[in-house]
Amino acid sequence: MKRTAVSLQLRLVFQLLAIAALLAVVLYLTVRTVADQAAEATQDGVLGAATLAISERLQGGDDGVSVDLPYEAFSILGSISADRVFYRIDAGAATLTGYDDLPLPEVADIALRPVFYTRDYRGAEVRIAAVSRTVLVARRPVAVTVLVAQTRQGKEAIAQGVAQRAAALGLGFFALAALLSLLAAKSSLRPINRLAEAVERRGPQDLRFVDHPTPVELRPLISALNGFIARLRAGLSRTETFIAEAAHHIRTPLAVVRARAEIAMRQSPSEEAREEIRALIRAVEESSRTAGQLLAHATVVNRSDQLIEEPVDLTRLMRDLVATFQPTAELRDIALRLDLPEGEVTVRGDRPLLEAALRNLLDNAVKYSPEETLIEFQLTCADGHAEVIVADRGRGLSGQGQAQLAKRFVRGTNAGDVIGSGLGLTIVDEVATAHGGTFTLADREGGGTCARLSLPLS
Amino acid sequence: MRFLLVEDNKDLAQSVGDRLRLDGHAVDWAETLGDASDCLGAASYDLILLDISLPDGDGRRFLGDQRRIGRDTPVIVMTARSEVSDRVSVLDLGADDYVTKPFDFAELEARCRAVLRRKGVALQTVQHFAGMTFNPLTATLTVDGQMRELRNRELRLLEILMAAPERIFSKGQICDRLFSYAESVSDNAIEVYVGRLRKKMEGSGARIETVRGVGYRLTTE
Repeated sequence: MKRTAVSLQLRLVFQLLAIAALLAVVLYLTVRTVADQAAEATQDGVLGAATLAISERLQGGDDGVSVDLPYEAFSILGSISADRVFYRIDAGAATLTGYDDLPLPEVADIALRPVFYTRDYRGAEVRIAAVSRTVLVARRPVAVTVLVAQTRQGKEAIAQGVAQRAAALGLGFFALAALLSLLAAKSSLRPINRLAEAVERRGPQDLRFVDHPTPVELRPLISALNGFIARLRAGLSRTETFIAEAAHHIRTPLAVVRARAEIAMRQSPSEEAREEIRALIRAVEESSRTAGQLLAHATVVNRSDQLIEEPVDLTRLMRDLVATFQPTAELRDIALRLDLPEGEVTVRGDRPLLEAALRNLLDNAVKYSPEETLIEFQLTCADGHAEVIVADRGRGLSGQGQAQLAKRFVRGTNAGDVIGSGLGLTIVDEVATAHGGTFTLADREGGGTCARLSLPLS
Repeated sequence: MRFLLVEDNKDLAQSVGDRLRLDGHAVDWAETLGDASDCLGAASYDLILLDISLPDGDGRRFLGDQRRIGRDTPVIVMTARSEVSDRVSVLDLGADDYVTKPFDFAELEARCRAVLRRKGVALQTVQHFAGMTFNPLTATLTVDGQMRELRNRELRLLEILMAAPERIFSKGQICDRLFSYAESVSDNAIEVYVGRLRKKMEGSGARIETVRGVGYRLTTE
């Protein structure tokens, strides 16, 4: 099971949003509470003032307590809202005037400061202010309690309005915070994206260390990446060194065997011994050739995977190759005829790979041609393609398809005793494919083989 | 030809040296690049056979250095490494040719000849025998002031016979040197070349004699 980690940006945004949401809720609650308290304090102030105003109008006489209700006190109350107002004035144990079921305070405190409490009264919540005073009635002190109550609809309405505004404020805050957190997440993740792009842009061969200005937090990642690159480099160069070393260690002793065998053969008077040594030399030739072709094939596969594209002048490459093959061909009195168009013919590709392909074609032609024949090595350009043709007067394909011959380790049924590895045409085919070209083999009129390697012109 | 063989593997150096001496060449052996420099300072060579990996450095660097100080003795690099990428760099550095170990000595010799011919080197290898002059480098045989071109196999056949006039070479021996080991040829195949060579030698005092049941030898009329 493969677990994909959540995107860093998404995580950062979500966390910032959660914090913003929490802050918005706290803001809302705070504003609401403060507004609530302010509304209550306002109501209490008015209620308190009204209670005190009434209590000041209390007059003790010989026949009891009289009160002259100050209407301005009620008008203050009424002016605030459409709330209903109740009052009750108790003198001693009896209700003097007002609503005698208006709840009394739990503790009757004889003080000039009013006490406030909230009760349910006649189906509504009321806020009550109560103040007690002592009035002299017939020279005796009588405790008089003044209650003024008001329903809380006005206050609730205010609180509601405030709450709505607080909610809008909270939402606005949240939206702003969300936007900012998105920007913040983007900007703080930008160095990571830039680093990723810089690594992404690299070519397949580019194993330089990452030397990109990065924030402190990314340093461990960079140093881990560079460590990895260093190991990869070492691994690759070890492989290359190993291939070269392996070749060296296989071929050097073979060279000794071969030279010694030739010397022995030259000095041997016996025909039988010479036959034996001849077979030995052929075996050495065969194994060194196979080793060489295996290494070449490995190199071709490796280089095709990460094709280096540079302009390669085919005319120069072919001239060089003819110079290289001339002595070998001459040994069997085979003539090489080079036929090139005027000027340079440039294709884009990996020069060593193209060289390996053409070398294999020429090598086959020379190997399978009878002596004193002509091999034509020709370059033509048409339809945006360069075509290299190697035509010989050799054994032809003996009815075998090209697809068959291009398979690894498959050799023509008419190869006879010509030494070969069965890898040559495989290499040519792979190089052609890697360069977006085609390779075809055909029998030639009048005998022989015609190999065509077609490559797109740059 | 006089060769300087720069190779650190003793066995290989010895066998290559022996093998070249068998064909009548002179071979000096340098085990290191330092030795090679000393040799080049003390004597002149027709050709340097240079290995790439040597104990005191890279043969390619040595090659570059030689070319920089103006020594243009032809160099053929012998390498045992992967062919594909090395060849280009060696030739770019000024090597004249390149052979991969293990090499075919006939091919090596052909390459040496091609390099020397290309460089226009005048070798003191012209051989005279019974009124004919043989120049292996230009592949010509001069009889009575008349120059005749030799094909490669005719040239090599003449070379074999001229190395030891009057000595009888068996068909097998000649075959071994004339044909590559990669092809199997019947002993009779050489009769064609003997016939052609005889034609080109006409007019000189030399002839190729068939020794029945044994082989051929070069002798005078």
